[in-house]
Amino acid sequence: MPANEAYITGVGQSEVGVKLTRLPLLLTLDAVREALSEAGLTIGQIDGVSTYPGRMAMMPGFSPVGADELIDALGIRATWHAGAMETSSQLGAVVAAAMAVRIGQARHVICFRTVYEAAALARPTEYPPLRRETVDGYSQWFAPFNAISAANWTAQYAMRHVKRFGLTREQLAQIALTDRANAVLNPRALVRKPLTMDEYLSARMISTPLCLYDCDRFTDASTVLIVSAGGAIGEVSCTPIRIAAMAGTVERHSWDQAEWMACYPTGTDLWKRTDYKPTDVDTAQLYDGFSFQALAWLEALGFCGVGEGGQFIEGGKRIALNGELPLNTFGGQIGAGRLHGFGFAHEAVVQLRGRGGARQIPGDPRVAVCASGGGPLATALLLARD
Amino acid sequence: MGAPRVLPRLDAENRFFWTGGADGKLRLMRCQECATFIHPPRPVCRKCLSEKVAPAEVAGTGTVDTFTINYQEWRPGLDVPYVIARVAIDGAPGVYLTTNIVGCPVEAVQIGDAVQVKFERQGEIYLPLFEKID
Repeated sequence: MPANEAYITGVGQSEVGVKLTRLPLLLTLDAVREALSEAGLTIGQIDGVSTYPGRMAMMPGFSPVGADELIDALGIRATWHAGAMETSSQLGAVVAAAMAVRIGQARHVICFRTVYEAAALARPTEYPPLRRETVDGYSQWFAPFNAISAANWTAQYAMRHVKRFGLTREQLAQIALTDRANAVLNPRALVRKPLTMDEYLSARMISTPLCLYDCDRFTDASTVLIVSAGGAIGEVSCTPIRIAAMAGTVERHSWDQAEWMACYPTGTDLWKRTDYKPTDVDTAQLYDGFSFQALAWLEALGFCGVGEGGQFIEGGKRIALNGELPLNTFGGQIGAGRLHGFGFAHEAVVQLRGRGGARQIPGDPRVAVCASGGGPLATALLLARD
Repeated sequence: MGAPRVLPRLDAENRFFWTGGADGKLRLMRCQECATFIHPPRPVCRKCLSEKVAPAEVAGTGTVDTFTINYQEWRPGLDVPYVIARVAIDGAPGVYLTTNIVGCPVEAVQIGDAVQVKFERQGEIYLPLFEKID
């Protein structure tokens, strides 16, 4: 394997649930163990750790485990590590790890994202929420107007598509319907019950045009991806998945001030950095914390034109498991739980290795695209099995 | 709205914006060299890097760039539904304010609506809300 390339080798995931009692560090350990086992590596061979966004005490459950803590807890001898919120969204942690192994700062890097939001919300005495009466930084520009949730900010992007391009609720519904259909086939998915169009259309509104089923749900889980240097692939027993291209951008780093969504320039950048074309992609795993983000990513990555996302997914056949571009085959965040960005890369690797079980896409998939974020921050990775 | 609003913490860089409504004027940071408006306010122009910046009055009118009707009670006691909108500020290209459109039924708001600032006082803070211009 070329020494100057970066590969995803082992991937792992803990139990996925809500209100779990297993501690977040131990969920992380579960995912680490699974990833090491798949790669045939030992913890002693790990020399790097990368996470997003690092430990955050401000928001209980949002990021309960940091890189420093994992290094210390598992006795890792790290020659490189990072855990930063100021990057191009969740998969920015994988971009950083890939750069680190390509320039020789580490050989095998554990990239992880651990979430414990459902447990923290359910047990406020154990994980006390921070009470805020005043806000500063970027929050000051929207929180005083009760634009409190990312649902509100994403809804405003979606509304422009509704008004400018005629996006309908029936079209948008296909993201949630596809996610939920795929989640039924994923033993680890949070919601394993299909969703009907009638249920979708009669769901209560959260923030127009987004209804309840357009939103992901707080989840407790940990997801791990091991990023390995090309020169160290000989130590690995699983099929390496090459990171063929990566891109990440920031708009104006505020949902409030961004002119438009960061996924669009990110998608353009990605294709400038590879000879692959959108038509080479066998499956797309695209961020859907809110359904509209996945639709925007389809446009941003050039699978259809800007404004054509609604027509592209209409009826759902094209993005179904046996369609021309299977989307979010593990259920996305809407079906599989809010794994927060890392679930998309995890699933891309599972599919490229043919290990999807009941949800494995047909044929011999060799190229997958995955993406996180999409609003003011966006990251896209193109993965290939050579 | 029932539940009290979360308010901005005033500091040296944002005070003029949040307290400017006391005399009914909407003010934005503006570059004195190239006339670019800078929002959020910063001590440097993001277009020409000049440090000669100062608050400047704008007309206080704008256009609804996009919006959403929020139905979710994010905090106990929050009166729903209400309209959250991003308003493009007249005379200040590239500046948007997230705000609430008040004084009309939530169904009456559309992209492209002309709106005008209407400050809501909260102590020394004047929140720039907007209402439709008939």
